[in-house]
Amino acid sequence: MRKRANQEDQPLSQSENGSSRREFLGRLAAISAGLTVATPLARAKQAVGKSAPKAPSKTESGLMEVSLKINGKNETLRIDPRVTLLDALRDRIQLTGTKKGCDHGQCGACTVHIDGKSALSCLTLAVMARGKEITTIEGLAKGDELHPVQEAFIACDGFQCGYCTSGQIMSAVACIQDGHIGSDTEIREFMSGNLCRCGAYPNIVDAIKMAAPKMKGGVA
Amino acid sequence: MRAFTYKAPSSFSDAGEAGKSNFIAGGTTMIDLMKLEVMTPEQLVDINHLPMRGIEFGNEGLRIGALERMSAVAAHADVVKNYPVISEALLQSASTQIRNMASMGGNLLQRTRCGYFRDVHTPCNKREPGSGCSALDGENRMHAILGTSSSCVATHASDLAVALVALDASIRLHHGGSTRLVSLDDFYLLPGETPDKETKLKPGELITEILVPRSPWSQRSTYVKIRDRQSYEFALTSIAVALDIDGNQIKDARIAAGGVATKPWKLPRVREALIGKPLNEQTFDAAAKLAGEGAKPLKQNGFKVELLQRTVTRALMKVGGLA
Repeated sequence: MRKRANQEDQPLSQSENGSSRREFLGRLAAISAGLTVATPLARAKQAVGKSAPKAPSKTESGLMEVSLKINGKNETLRIDPRVTLLDALRDRIQLTGTKKGCDHGQCGACTVHIDGKSALSCLTLAVMARGKEITTIEGLAKGDELHPVQEAFIACDGFQCGYCTSGQIMSAVACIQDGHIGSDTEIREFMSGNLCRCGAYPNIVDAIKMAAPKMKGGVA
Repeated sequence: MRAFTYKAPSSFSDAGEAGKSNFIAGGTTMIDLMKLEVMTPEQLVDINHLPMRGIEFGNEGLRIGALERMSAVAAHADVVKNYPVISEALLQSASTQIRNMASMGGNLLQRTRCGYFRDVHTPCNKREPGSGCSALDGENRMHAILGTSSSCVATHASDLAVALVALDASIRLHHGGSTRLVSLDDFYLLPGETPDKETKLKPGELITEILVPRSPWSQRSTYVKIRDRQSYEFALTSIAVALDIDGNQIKDARIAAGGVATKPWKLPRVREALIGKPLNEQTFDAAAKLAGEGAKPLKQNGFKVELLQRTVTRALMKVGGLA
């Protein structure tokens, strides 16, 4: 296992071999952080009626028609009521940036924003998310321009394997937006629902502190 | 997850009878337990569109609509100022995401975290009446030492409920167009021989609001929670305490414990030992010794008796301004 960077390390220091590794990690992060949204993805779209009902409507097969607003875009799905928002995002809308970790609300990998608040997509039924504004990791970047928190995670090495990173970034954005950046302790408390088995916690705290001033102009 | 039908009524009359159906609000307990097939409702009734919201503070006290989210209540200025124990208990519960999702009514009805209750492959009287209790001689470090029976030793998991029971809160229940008011302390049942029956809630009945009386002690109140991790963890022990102080004398007190009992646990002997006494560490130590009276520790959780007493002292020192 790679030795984790100490808190004392300069976030952007170029250690031996650091440059190439960082470039690689940068690319990895860009993928993890959802830059692939710039590439057109084949989206499984259902035929959308012109006046999709706001309330989910039952179909004969027991499936329900549900309209979801994801990253500003309306998506209409025909789904079994058992489908969680997480599975709808990943398997129906091909937004795979949101990760499935424990699938029981314990790890935070599936964190998205629902009406501006961080929430667990694995414990949210898609049918119950209708009419709400849903933001996923893919909705943070503006084209090729990364969100300040995404940039800061790369700059501070806020991850190793990257699996928890989407959820960490979504919680980190909420942490700054909700104003819980008064101290490291406050940041850690706000972020405690996001587990990182690689142990990148100190660097995640650094990334939040680095990104916070850049978000004050109403970015994101 | 087993198949179910889903409906989202906008009025109480459309919410209908329960039968094999379950209400769902935040879903943080329900979806989790449905995935484990601990709960297998045939119908889910989404109650989020029913008129059960609002947080209001007035002469009568505090009224919280059952659909208000934990995070909204924790941050509400009237709650922070007049009922800090409620805000602190909420903020020490779960994670940010879960607090944003979970409703206040659902928090009070959350199921136990006993590992055997959550594991459908083991006996559990709460999940499957008559099958036996695996925790009695199993992994029981986290389990209860008070209010237990030979059928069940599972703790009640809510921090909020401990704060509300300490403050003599009531809840309003709605069923078929009529409502009734029940004290939260009475609402929760001891496991006895029927641990599957946890509350006085009737089938189809809903918690619509929480009412906390105005009192001279609620402003000077706090919640102390001891746990294995500093955050996002259930209590080993916890104390909700409120004091009414006149100079250096304790006029009145309210105190309840969590993490140690099968329901939020009032500590009347501790309270009696505080009333009329001077506000100092000696008073607190003497009162704390009465916590845990009648405790029946299991093989792995004997430490909870002394930990509970120390938690009482720490909470009293904090709320009394001596810490």
